[in-house]
Amino acid sequence: MEFLNNHKKLFTAAFLFFLLLTVCVAIMPAINNQQRNAPLPGYTPLSDDARKGKSLFVANGCVACHTQQVRNVDMDRPWGRRPSVAADYAGMTRMDFWRNTATLMGTGRTGPDLTDVGNRQPSLEWNLVHLFNPRIVVEASIMPAYPWLFQFKKKPTEADVVVNVPEAYLKGGEGKIVATDEALQLVAYLQSLKQVALPDGRPTPEFLYAREAAKKEGTASEAMDGALLYATHCQSCHQTNGEGLPGAFPSLKGSSVVGGDNLELYVDIIMNGYDARPEYGAMPGIGTMMELTADEVAAIINHERTSWGNAAQEVTPEEIKEIMDFLAMGANK
Amino acid sequence: MGSKLVKTTSSVGGVALALWPAVLVAQGEMRPFTFAFDVNALVILILLSILVLMFFLAIWLLHRIEAIKHVWGGKRSEGRDAKYGKYIQQLDAYQIDRLITAIRKKRVAKRKRGSGALRNVPLVILFSAISITTMGQRLDGNKVVGTLWGEAGIIITIALLLIPILAGFFIMVGKASRILKQYRQKMQSGEAEAFADYLSHVEDENTEGELLERKQALDYRLTNAELSGTETAADRMGIINIRESSGLPFVAVKKKAQKRPNIDPKLSKLIVWYLVAATFWLLFGTTVGQYLGIKFVAPDIDQLSWLSFGRLRPVHTNMVFWGWASLGMLGLGYYVVPHVSNVGISSLKKGWYSFYLINAAVVLGTLSLMAGINNGGGEYREYIWPIMALFGIGLIITLLNFLQTVAKRTTREIYISNWYIISAVIFALVITIVAYAPWWQDGLGETIIQGYYMHQGVGMWFMLFMLGVVYYLLPQQLNRPIYSYSLGILAFWTQILFYTVIGTHHFVFSAIPWWLQTVAIVGSVGMVIPVAAGTANFLMTFKGAWYKIKDSYTLPFFLIGIVFYFTGSLQGTAEAFRYTNLLWHFTDFTVAHSHLTMYGIISFFLWAGIYALVPRLTGREAPQSTVGAHFWLALIGLMFYTIPLMYGSTLKGMMWMDGKPFIDGVSMMMPYWLWRAIGGSLMWLSHLFFAYNMYKMLVVDRALDIREAAIQQVAKDDNKTN
Repeated sequence: MEFLNNHKKLFTAAFLFFLLLTVCVAIMPAINNQQRNAPLPGYTPLSDDARKGKSLFVANGCVACHTQQVRNVDMDRPWGRRPSVAADYAGMTRMDFWRNTATLMGTGRTGPDLTDVGNRQPSLEWNLVHLFNPRIVVEASIMPAYPWLFQFKKKPTEADVVVNVPEAYLKGGEGKIVATDEALQLVAYLQSLKQVALPDGRPTPEFLYAREAAKKEGTASEAMDGALLYATHCQSCHQTNGEGLPGAFPSLKGSSVVGGDNLELYVDIIMNGYDARPEYGAMPGIGTMMELTADEVAAIINHERTSWGNAAQEVTPEEIKEIMDFLAMGANK
Repeated sequence: MGSKLVKTTSSVGGVALALWPAVLVAQGEMRPFTFAFDVNALVILILLSILVLMFFLAIWLLHRIEAIKHVWGGKRSEGRDAKYGKYIQQLDAYQIDRLITAIRKKRVAKRKRGSGALRNVPLVILFSAISITTMGQRLDGNKVVGTLWGEAGIIITIALLLIPILAGFFIMVGKASRILKQYRQKMQSGEAEAFADYLSHVEDENTEGELLERKQALDYRLTNAELSGTETAADRMGIINIRESSGLPFVAVKKKAQKRPNIDPKLSKLIVWYLVAATFWLLFGTTVGQYLGIKFVAPDIDQLSWLSFGRLRPVHTNMVFWGWASLGMLGLGYYVVPHVSNVGISSLKKGWYSFYLINAAVVLGTLSLMAGINNGGGEYREYIWPIMALFGIGLIITLLNFLQTVAKRTTREIYISNWYIISAVIFALVITIVAYAPWWQDGLGETIIQGYYMHQGVGMWFMLFMLGVVYYLLPQQLNRPIYSYSLGILAFWTQILFYTVIGTHHFVFSAIPWWLQTVAIVGSVGMVIPVAAGTANFLMTFKGAWYKIKDSYTLPFFLIGIVFYFTGSLQGTAEAFRYTNLLWHFTDFTVAHSHLTMYGIISFFLWAGIYALVPRLTGREAPQSTVGAHFWLALIGLMFYTIPLMYGSTLKGMMWMDGKPFIDGVSMMMPYWLWRAIGGSLMWLSHLFFAYNMYKMLVVDRALDIREAAIQQVAKDDNKTN
């Protein structure tokens, strides 16, 4: 064929063929997507600090291990209340003259997904300790430590944010560990990562490939695995052994709240958080944020009441339901 | 004796290595190692290696003693006459001749001689006892170190104390070994004397007759003219090629690279520089990669911002992409493109500009990534645009150069290699511009472009270019034409059609349009056509020439590349399905897959090409033993790297689907990450061998030039006389 022996025709043909396909599967869909989608009504742009934090997140290559996308499959349920939609990313544009847009959707999940981490783990204390060295709070973690976001200060001032780091991790440094502005910005970014609710009336995309077993057992409270729920929602602060972390997170082992009679206070703390003891960090209202059900809360309470040498009376989901309804009424007033 | 010892110790080591991670798997729970570089750890590491060395020396010594005991034992147990009879059988003609003379002489003058016997046996036993007890003491001494290792001062003191003790130990081992050797010699000479004594008593004529007969048998020689007659032999066609004499055939001797018509030395220099730079980036880039692999099991090994995981990961990927693979391919391309066009390269200067620009991009890109300056998180486009622009300009210059070369070709057709190579350069430029242009990158647009870019980078740049190189070098190495030109053409157009549409299969189940995901999955299945066509074409080219593999050190690299081209590419198809995305997406399965392909296909083909080409350019070949070491370490390392990672990732995906807590998956992966680090070490080691081979192929070895120098000398003398 003459066509194949003419380099101008051959390479022009290959180039145009490739370009045509490129326009069809990359350029047109991309332009189409950015024109059609707008940020959701509940979307708030990043604060100044959070924006700087995002820059740090990008600079340190955190996206290598952390995705920011909840796929529409059942196994991604732990990472958000609904699957991510195109509108979730619509507010993102080019970062600056030098750097491209960073949707940070990622392609690997060596660490947890961060789409909704602002709801799941909002505690400033936890995030700072975890950044200083993740293994202080999560023993099995392989995340890098970021000590260069902190500094030693012999006499911290009022304005300084002091981080409670166990002796073993100080490596002979003197004084207190103080978070730098950068550490605080990075945490501000992480705290800002929250899924926005879809506007009323819009159908929420479904999670596909639901587990058969989960569907069948759905309502039975016996099926609730308290240990698993504890690991998911409580363990990163209160630890596997229930002993917490001195100076940051209180122990649940022998705790008067866990073992005591005041079930109302117990449920209130789980649902709405607690900040009554100055020697510890503030606990966020994890139950409300994660939309825990009475069954789930009962399972968590029963796990805590029967583990690590605790031997308090177990509770029923009905009891908990009553208390939760009562607390919700109070909140509505 | 020595080789036997080496065999036993290495097999013990192998078993230990194989069991160690298996034990960890058995335990189920595994935590990251707390290992971090500090003085204590380093001291302990040194102490441990000393201990291991001492242990092996002690074993070696024991082994020698055992051997001597064996000789001594054999001497006692075996019947004298039987043994001497065996000795006599083993005598050669000359020895028999002298023996007969001696016997005859003796018969004339009857005389007798005596000899000594063993005396020093108790000494040996004493020595073996000493060495065993000293070994025991040394081991105990180090146990004490183990309990106190937390104190740096104590460790240093003990280390200082150990130095003279250690030196003493080495001297002792040396002395003991020499005494043992002397003793063995003495024993053997005693044996010789005893044998001589025995021989001197042999006098009867029967024995003499037997000996004479034996001597005649040994002396029998063919005339060497039984078949040829009396014609003088001559090799009139130059078929016989005398190999250089070498020692033991430790590795099978393979064919030497065939002499080719001389290549323009300036072009050779350019190509060699491309390949040298590529080798440098391979070593550097995989050192970084290996360090990253270690960080999975020892995350606190360092805590410096420039070396943190998130920053180093793109350093590794970009360096092996743009530094190693791209420069290596371009180097080979600068040979293939002009040669299949049957002209010289259009412009050497352009080649050099391109070389400088691409290297500059890798250097600057690496520094900026480590400093925390990157493009925003899309894989493989982490270099910011001014740096990637250097790479792009380098490619534009190369493209012009290649096109101008093809334009002035003296062949009518454009050989298929140049289709692939030049198109790859065009497509690489297209995808780079699409990936970096700002007009379609807002919101999810960025993700759609990212999927397109990261996959085309692999498929339209690396794979397409490399296939072009293989379409030339494989037939050349097999010395037969490519099986089917039309299969090559089919693979070319279908690769463009299907590969271009599959980018978004990296984002299945994400928020990008469902139809686009489906198109990507369908396209991934379509990839079976070009992959099967290409693989069949290469394998059919091998047909009837499989025997050539055993004579060649380049063909095994090609074969492995072809095997991985088929399996790795089809694995990619399998990974694109929706169910397999549930199971494997986001896990390390993707990492294993990218190593199977970028390493198994691209790197193996690159090595094949380099080993085939560089000897033609420089006239020097790498030692076969180190080429073999490179091949096997790379292959075995790759298997150790990928298989545990794929297995562990499958388990992890199942845990995620079962709703297990995330951190359980991390703990579960630890042993597999450890295996990956071990496999990575082997791969890294193979690159050291490769770098050494490059060095041997490039640097003049004076000793090899004797003949050439002599001929030059003769020519000079000749000139003088004229």
